[in-house]
Amino acid sequence: MSDKEARVTQAVLYLDGVSVSFDGYRAINNLSLYLAHGEMRAIIGPNGAGKTTMMDIVTGKTRPDEGDVLFDRGKHDLTKLDETAIAELGIGRKFQKPTVFEMHTVADNILLALKGPRSPFASLFGWRNNVEREKIDAILETCGLTAHRDRPAGEISHGQKQWLEIGMLLAQDPAILLVDEPVAGMTDAETEQTATLLREINKTHSVIVVEHDMHFVRALDCKVTCLHEGSVLAEGTLDQVAGNQRVIEVYLGR
Amino acid sequence: MLRTQNKLVRFGGRVALLLAALWLMAFGALADISKSVARFAEDSFPETRQAVEEISASGVDHVAELLEALGAGRLFVDPETKTVYYRDASGKAHLAATGAEVSSAPAKLDTVRVNNRIRSDVANAVGALTLRATDPARRIAAAEALFKSRDASALEALDAAIKVEKDARVAKKFAEARAAILLARDATSRQERLEAVETLRARGDPSAAAVLRGLPASADAETRSLAANAIAAIEQRQKIIGYVQNVWYGFSLGSVLLLAAIGLAITFGVMGVINMAHGEMVMLGAYTTFVVQEVFRAYAPAYMGWSLPIALPMAFLFTGLVGIAIERGIIRFLYGRPLETLLATWGVSLILQQAVRTIFGPTNREVTAPSYMSGAFDFMGLSITWGRMWIILFTLVLFAALLVALKATPLGLQMRAVTQNRRMASSMGIRTPFVDAMTFGFGSGLAGLAGVALSQIDNVSPNLGQTYIIDSFMVVVFGGVGNLWGTLVSAFALGVANKFMEPMAGAVLAKIFILVLLILFIQKRPRGLFALKGRAVEA
Amino acid sequence: MITKAFFARFDKLAMWFVIFMIAVAILVPLSNLLLPASSPFHVPTYLVALLGKYLCYAILAISLDLVWGYCGILSLGHGAFFALGGYAMGMYLMRQIGTRGVYAHPVLPDFMVFLNWKELPWFWYGFDMFWFAMLMVLFVPGLLAFVFGWFAFRSRVTGVYLSIITQAMTYALLLAFFRNDMGFGGNNGLTDFKDILGFNVQAQGTRAALFFLTAMSLVLVFVISRWMVSTAYGKVLVAVRDAESRTRFLGYRVEHFKLLVFTVSAAMAGLAGALYVPQVGIINPSEFSPANSIEAVIWVAVGGRGTLVGAAIGAVAVNFMKTTFTTGLLAPYWLFALGGLFVFVTLFMPKGILGVFSDLADKFRKPKAEAVTPPKLQVAE
Repeated sequence: MSDKEARVTQAVLYLDGVSVSFDGYRAINNLSLYLAHGEMRAIIGPNGAGKTTMMDIVTGKTRPDEGDVLFDRGKHDLTKLDETAIAELGIGRKFQKPTVFEMHTVADNILLALKGPRSPFASLFGWRNNVEREKIDAILETCGLTAHRDRPAGEISHGQKQWLEIGMLLAQDPAILLVDEPVAGMTDAETEQTATLLREINKTHSVIVVEHDMHFVRALDCKVTCLHEGSVLAEGTLDQVAGNQRVIEVYLGR
Repeated sequence: MLRTQNKLVRFGGRVALLLAALWLMAFGALADISKSVARFAEDSFPETRQAVEEISASGVDHVAELLEALGAGRLFVDPETKTVYYRDASGKAHLAATGAEVSSAPAKLDTVRVNNRIRSDVANAVGALTLRATDPARRIAAAEALFKSRDASALEALDAAIKVEKDARVAKKFAEARAAILLARDATSRQERLEAVETLRARGDPSAAAVLRGLPASADAETRSLAANAIAAIEQRQKIIGYVQNVWYGFSLGSVLLLAAIGLAITFGVMGVINMAHGEMVMLGAYTTFVVQEVFRAYAPAYMGWSLPIALPMAFLFTGLVGIAIERGIIRFLYGRPLETLLATWGVSLILQQAVRTIFGPTNREVTAPSYMSGAFDFMGLSITWGRMWIILFTLVLFAALLVALKATPLGLQMRAVTQNRRMASSMGIRTPFVDAMTFGFGSGLAGLAGVALSQIDNVSPNLGQTYIIDSFMVVVFGGVGNLWGTLVSAFALGVANKFMEPMAGAVLAKIFILVLLILFIQKRPRGLFALKGRAVEA
Repeated sequence: MITKAFFARFDKLAMWFVIFMIAVAILVPLSNLLLPASSPFHVPTYLVALLGKYLCYAILAISLDLVWGYCGILSLGHGAFFALGGYAMGMYLMRQIGTRGVYAHPVLPDFMVFLNWKELPWFWYGFDMFWFAMLMVLFVPGLLAFVFGWFAFRSRVTGVYLSIITQAMTYALLLAFFRNDMGFGGNNGLTDFKDILGFNVQAQGTRAALFFLTAMSLVLVFVISRWMVSTAYGKVLVAVRDAESRTRFLGYRVEHFKLLVFTVSAAMAGLAGALYVPQVGIINPSEFSPANSIEAVIWVAVGGRGTLVGAAIGAVAVNFMKTTFTTGLLAPYWLFALGGLFVFVTLFMPKGILGVFSDLADKFRKPKAEAVTPPKLQVAE
């Protein structure tokens, strides 16, 4: 009991015994995962291991059938909240497929993400005008999108959209960033830069990164969790996990 | 036949007269009533009574018509030639002696006078005659008429008829009529009354209850309480029948809803295309029926009964082709843009409506029901019309065929493959555009088939489709989009719910209420009664 | 200060639209009242009424564009809000008839006397007062939209499902208002109006004044809508339209945003209906018919959705077409034309009339040079 309490109170995100199934198929099976404050965690695993479903559960898109999902030292039970409430608590998410507001300009995308009151009336009446401009400029600078600030987000390249989404996460300034496959479709140089950016972000935020690219995971230099069939297969440094016999079997399909 | 008659002849007693009449009926053509008819010309009541007695015993074909004419004052004598004429109910003149129609009766005619005794004689004679009619249906009708009139003077004829009745159904009706007469009059023994109460209780319909309520004051306490029990039992039974009737009506409405929705279950449910012109496909199916019937009327009126079976494949093909044209011409450019599809197909629906209005005119067109679609039959106290019966059966057969088509045919397999994973299906070598067109054509064809059936119960007008479009979307959404069984359950559930609400709130309010409930239901379960679950659904 | 910020957001097209509408609002009534009938610039009274009707439709179109063009809510029930506003106004006008009705009852409208009703139903109370009726014009459609939206948006009914249930809503209202027991005149609706605020509704002056009010209401509705969509609120609406679930993950209560815009839009549609009724002289249940609502959608699509100005242009253009078609030899072909318009616009003109013009304008502009700058490896403090 005290053991559990200790884990809960240390963790910014605490998943314990979580299961969910779709039409009899167990996407997540008794998954437990603890993320400490300020930690960066890379999650790897073959297709269908439940990585994205896990993120869906944390962000409120999917309700688990059973298990605990607690946030910020057990203060909030995420299974009882919807997407909006969870986002307001401070969990930001970047999607696997970059999802930006394509009709809005790059700057407006950041503006929408900026931390601040989010009620309809607040947004109608004199909410964040030029005051926010500096913040937006700074984030655009960080993501290398300054030159594109007035272009519709639908027009920029795939890699730029990935950065824009990371920029939006930064603007949200959440306690945890959930980053789903941030370097898909990026060149090696861009991948390198993204890893550096994430490490930089990790200085002030907790981060979970889901990624297939092992070079990128190595560059992140953090604890790695390998998922398989909806539960944790191995956990540790990348070398430990990569050396794990069962992980090798799963990846090589034996 | 002859042997039966002979046996009857041997049967003696006070019914001899009626028996003779019956015997004569078989050889009616032999009888000559001209002498009896001549008595009417005497203008004396005893002569007229004598004539009635003789004529009713004669068994000529037109005897009932003639006697009715006498009772109704439509029997006339030409004062000069003493020829007797009568006019039938439609006013045509006939010779009284032979029943032959005369083109022009003399202008000046005297009416044969009747008094109350003659009237009663005539009524009894006519009643007795119909009680002995050869057609069982007419005998039943006569018994029912007696049941309602409870005329004690007919008791004698009724008793006689009961003795010779062979048909069990008719015999039962006779017994019921007898019970009603016995119960209604004062001069009935206690034992007879008790038996009568029992018979009426067994009959168990509202008119039996009405007779029981009319029990004369002379009845003793036990009979009264038995009668009261019987009334209660009948009312209970009627209540149950009422529920069953509502369920039946509900199924009938449900089958109409299912018909309207069944094509949509394919185009919207399986393909996800919002086809607002779906109702017009139903309408086109109905007009196809009309055209086929017109062709039959013009070239083969004798085979009218075949018009519906022929109209079915025609409607399927025609609406299917129209559907394919719409899919190829418009919808395929709009896949993945449901709101635009909705608007474009609404435009198509306007065009189709106006096209039909231009060709066939804005008014209702007459689609006739073949003989097997009309009429009704009685089932456990329920009156069931054949038309509805066939439509329900047709709907269920159509539904079963649809299931088989989807589950067991190559096209069905390809349809499901394409709707589940278009890119994968495409890379497996399935020609997805072809399958899209076929699926849409198939759904439209089903709507056309529904139109053939609906042409039998609804007005065939350019607005036919409009009345079904909202209902059919509601049915599909309520049942769960993409779930055929859900569509079936939802159609019948909505039909039954509607019919149970109607007696309480009236048809329009019931419909409004159902709509509001549906709107609330969709809020609660946006994906319908039987929703598909999983991550794939979200995408 | 406020005005300056306001006009900064007001682009050129919107500015011209407002100036044009104010000019129309002033010039049309003036020409009708002051110029002699022989003058080539004289606007005859029937035309004033006709244009007034078009402008009511334009208000309805703008209100629909606000929810559809900016928030992606394709309402097929906006005709219901329009009709409710119209009924509220109709009730006021009925109460003004007083003893001049056929049955000369001081309180009860004719149809109630005809139905043998003895007293006014409770929901008719207060409609003898203009201010109350005007309040109801906005409040009743707004309330219906609020309740309907509260249920629908909370349970995340979106896309075509929402469209279908809004259509069911207006259909249910259509059936309800056809019933005599509802107390709104059943099939015949409300008509034979006499006075509005003491002025004869048929009089030329009243008609001119109603036209002025309608045009100015159009300006007001346009300015409010324009303001709403140009604030951050409007940006969130567009975000919801394009990626609803993404907006949720950013922490926005999407349902609240939708609810506000839906309610405001319904009140605007109600206002349009209220202005419509005294100008056409009747309101009956057919205004609830689903076909009316869907026709309003095509006005917006024709003009160009998500532009507001386009919606107004579309409403006037389509209805002008309708008038020309249905009053001439072409009358039987109107539904072909309308149906064809639905198909043509969705297939070939997805951005509407305004879209075609702006695409043409874009052709003359030079494409911007693209430059990819690598991200700076710093986190914003």
